[in-house]
Amino acid sequence: MKTLILSLVTLLVAGTLVMAETQVATLRGSTDLTAEPTPPIMQQAENKDLKRERAYPQQPPTIPHKIDGYQVDLNFNKCLSCHNRKTAEKSQAPMVSITHFQNREGQFLIDVTPARYFCNQCHVPQLDAILLVENMFIDMDTLVSQGK
Amino acid sequence: MSSSKTGIQITRRDLIKAQAAMTAAAVAGMSITANATNLIASSADNQLKWSKAPCRFCGTGCGVSVATRNGRVVATHGDVEAPVNKGLNCVKGYFLAKIMYGKDRLTQPLLRKKDGKFHKEGDFTPVSWDEAFDIMAEKWKATLKEKGPDGIGFFGSGQWTVWEGYAASKLMKAGFLSNNLDPNARHCMASAVGGFMRTFGIDEPMGCYDDFENADAFVLWGSNMAEMHPILWTRLTDRRLSHPHVKVAVLSTFVHRSFDLADIPAVFTPQTDLVLLNAIANYIIESGSVNKDFVSKHVNFRKGNTDIGYGLRPTHPLEMKAKNVDNAGGSTPIDLEEFAKFVSTYTFEYAEKMSGVPAATIEKIAKLYADPKTKVMSLWTMGINQHTRGVWANNLLYNIHLLTGKISEPGNSPFSLTGQPSACGTAREVGTFAHRLPADLVVNNEEHRTYSEKKWKIPKGILNGKVGAHAVLQSRKLKDGDINCYWIQVNNNLQAAPNMNEETYPGYRNPDNFIVTSDAYPTVTAEASDLILPTAMWVEKEGAYGNAERRTQFWHQLIDAPGEARSDLWQLMEFSKRFNIEEVWPADILDANPEYKGKTMFDVLFANGQVDKFPLSETATEYKNFESEYFGFYVQKGLFEEYANFGRGKAHDLAPFDMYHQSRGLRWPVVDGKETQWRFKEGSDPYVKPGTGWEFYGKPDGRAVIFALPYEPPAESPDEEFPLWLSTGRVLEHWHSGSMTQRVPELYKAFPDAVCFMHPDDASAQGMRRGDEVKVISRRGEIKTRIETRGRNKPPRGLVFVPWFDASQLINKVTLDATDPLSKQTDFKKCAVKVVKA
Repeated sequence: MKTLILSLVTLLVAGTLVMAETQVATLRGSTDLTAEPTPPIMQQAENKDLKRERAYPQQPPTIPHKIDGYQVDLNFNKCLSCHNRKTAEKSQAPMVSITHFQNREGQFLIDVTPARYFCNQCHVPQLDAILLVENMFIDMDTLVSQGK
Repeated sequence: MSSSKTGIQITRRDLIKAQAAMTAAAVAGMSITANATNLIASSADNQLKWSKAPCRFCGTGCGVSVATRNGRVVATHGDVEAPVNKGLNCVKGYFLAKIMYGKDRLTQPLLRKKDGKFHKEGDFTPVSWDEAFDIMAEKWKATLKEKGPDGIGFFGSGQWTVWEGYAASKLMKAGFLSNNLDPNARHCMASAVGGFMRTFGIDEPMGCYDDFENADAFVLWGSNMAEMHPILWTRLTDRRLSHPHVKVAVLSTFVHRSFDLADIPAVFTPQTDLVLLNAIANYIIESGSVNKDFVSKHVNFRKGNTDIGYGLRPTHPLEMKAKNVDNAGGSTPIDLEEFAKFVSTYTFEYAEKMSGVPAATIEKIAKLYADPKTKVMSLWTMGINQHTRGVWANNLLYNIHLLTGKISEPGNSPFSLTGQPSACGTAREVGTFAHRLPADLVVNNEEHRTYSEKKWKIPKGILNGKVGAHAVLQSRKLKDGDINCYWIQVNNNLQAAPNMNEETYPGYRNPDNFIVTSDAYPTVTAEASDLILPTAMWVEKEGAYGNAERRTQFWHQLIDAPGEARSDLWQLMEFSKRFNIEEVWPADILDANPEYKGKTMFDVLFANGQVDKFPLSETATEYKNFESEYFGFYVQKGLFEEYANFGRGKAHDLAPFDMYHQSRGLRWPVVDGKETQWRFKEGSDPYVKPGTGWEFYGKPDGRAVIFALPYEPPAESPDEEFPLWLSTGRVLEHWHSGSMTQRVPELYKAFPDAVCFMHPDDASAQGMRRGDEVKVISRRGEIKTRIETRGRNKPPRGLVFVPWFDASQLINKVTLDATDPLSKQTDFKKCAVKVVKA
């Protein structure tokens, strides 16, 4: 419900705000500051295992599957059991980027650097939530092809 | 959301077209220049301009490489040359490229109007900057006339750039002669500052991030670095995993992601960190582990006043009952023997009973500190600082390191982490607090005021010596109608400040008050305001931040701000033109100093021969600089150099301005072009006198102070009606109130809505389960949310955690505005709530 109202309000408010408004806090939609909106139903992580386009080459890819209950701790890293160099063939999961084998000095190590051990500091799943506000970021390829 | 499908189609069509052209050319026997048809191979087209900037989020201060193309930021990643992060960013940092581009960016001033005029209950209507400043100046002048400087207030931020904070401080303190200036850093770092000043007499950590690669043990006190300081966590993780002898202890009131790396996990009852810290001090003494040589040469002992209240309104029963509200910071000298006696009651058994942490676990942690061969780094942030005894907790942490002499050496480091990107560089070093002047000077010290008046080239005796209103007091004064004009920059205080229903919201909507909010996006604070000023952010202006290891970092303006959005700096300086000095300074002082007469506040503050000293020609040729081009001189350089003059030669030395544009930041004090890694240690800190070994020169006798301070209970604890503790905080994917990160699709979709993290047994005891809609209710207010029993945070029974990033779940309607009486920082980690099915 909240998302529905919010997307409506986003349509009305977003952009230049030429119309007079009292409720401008886009992220709250049409809920007054003193009222409590109904929280959206908890969403599920998208679990399609389909790679998503990256916004730029340097962007850490988002995780296209569920990671509920994955063990990543002092004892074991479940992500690497599929995504490491020696396991990717069997799992057919993408191998972690070569940058992950470099230590702080830029030296390549035999295995993934411990500095990058906790994968979800950079890689996050995506829930099937509806955006509250559109983002107008323009991809570099698009900018070039537009000839701007 | 994504147009990846469309993207593939376009690429394919373009490819087919290109293939067709090549084929046709070959058939016709023509040769056209061969080129890789599905690559942007032309070198001109394939170029990005890469520039450096520090990250705009937490206090870690990671270096970011920012790519621009055609006036837009198109990519960001970790700067491989930045010593802090060496090419790595956290997920927020990697998505910095998108924070400027939320569709609802504010691009023109908006004023509440009815029938073409300002009206408190009017609709937000686009106005010109002229009209915006007209109404502001009118309101400010009327209030100054009626109430004097105490009637106006300014709430800034640890996200202000160094020169923005400096200009704001100068505007308020030297211009309006009002000390009602405070930053949101009051909500996050004030207890850390209080701890430093009380123990060492000088602010900010003695150590630096190089400690991570040198420590043998890490002890996290209430900090969840895995989510809140992710890049420092990568350095800590690297050290722990690649050096198996290293131990990690994690102490918190609930289990969170940092526990994944814990050799020694410990979940304690809220507030009993005070007991645990004293128990460790007691163990160090009883086991004969005191570093007697260090203690005899470098430490004094004092006993602090107790029963100091909870920083609530003076009429609150808890304040009426407390004995030492008026002298909360008082202390008396004692010696090691008396200190030993004081902590002797804090046995492991007592600590276990109070905290719920097994004595054996406490002993393991204590031994890390006690063993002279183990280098220990202690780390803490909001768990210790957002605490009604936050300054005490900071003092108690330093006690342990001082008793063992484990300080100011690589790996031996009590390290107070910082929440915001420039809480150190701006809020603390510039001194944008209600009691501060630049470089650790304070307003209620005449000598400090005289020094500042000279540096600012303003008449002697003009600065206001009365400490102004701090964050929570500003909210109370707005509600009570004592402050009537209020300007908020770079923060979302209505969402961030405690007890919204009873204290903040009523003040913002008080018909006697005129509230101005400068922001890039329409936040809840903006909505509660009367005038919204559209504001440039991050690389839309030239800036400087100072991180938690005293590293000052600069960046250039890389892109233009959208529409009429202007930087906070431009807004402050331009607004100052609206006042003649006669309207803000007393007539008797002007009569005695007639040379100031007839000038505007801008002339006196910013066209004073210092700030406007550096010509436009000194700005970088390859970057724009909106403010400098507008005002006609190198604004940022002038402000920085005037400010830096306060601390040079006084152990706060900043390097010359231009050096920072060349470097990946430098850690102050920078003396003879060299940064300082470990302060207070001979050989590393140029301010330490030869032959002393260590010198804590913030104190007149060069000795740091070990404080005897007890456990005292929190302001509010669970009871029958409100049986649960509520702790609030952040999540990895969102920065503070989410006004930027909620607008980045990937970050939003990673953690879209706040939830109430709860123990499954607490939920099932009430017939509730994961996903249920519930109300979190306190004596002050309620929110609606959903229960999470399986998420990243795993509270023990009796405690719930709700993050505060969600504008639709304003958890600060529920929190209590109890503060540390010494630091005036709110305890956002403890109040009593009930959770019921909605």
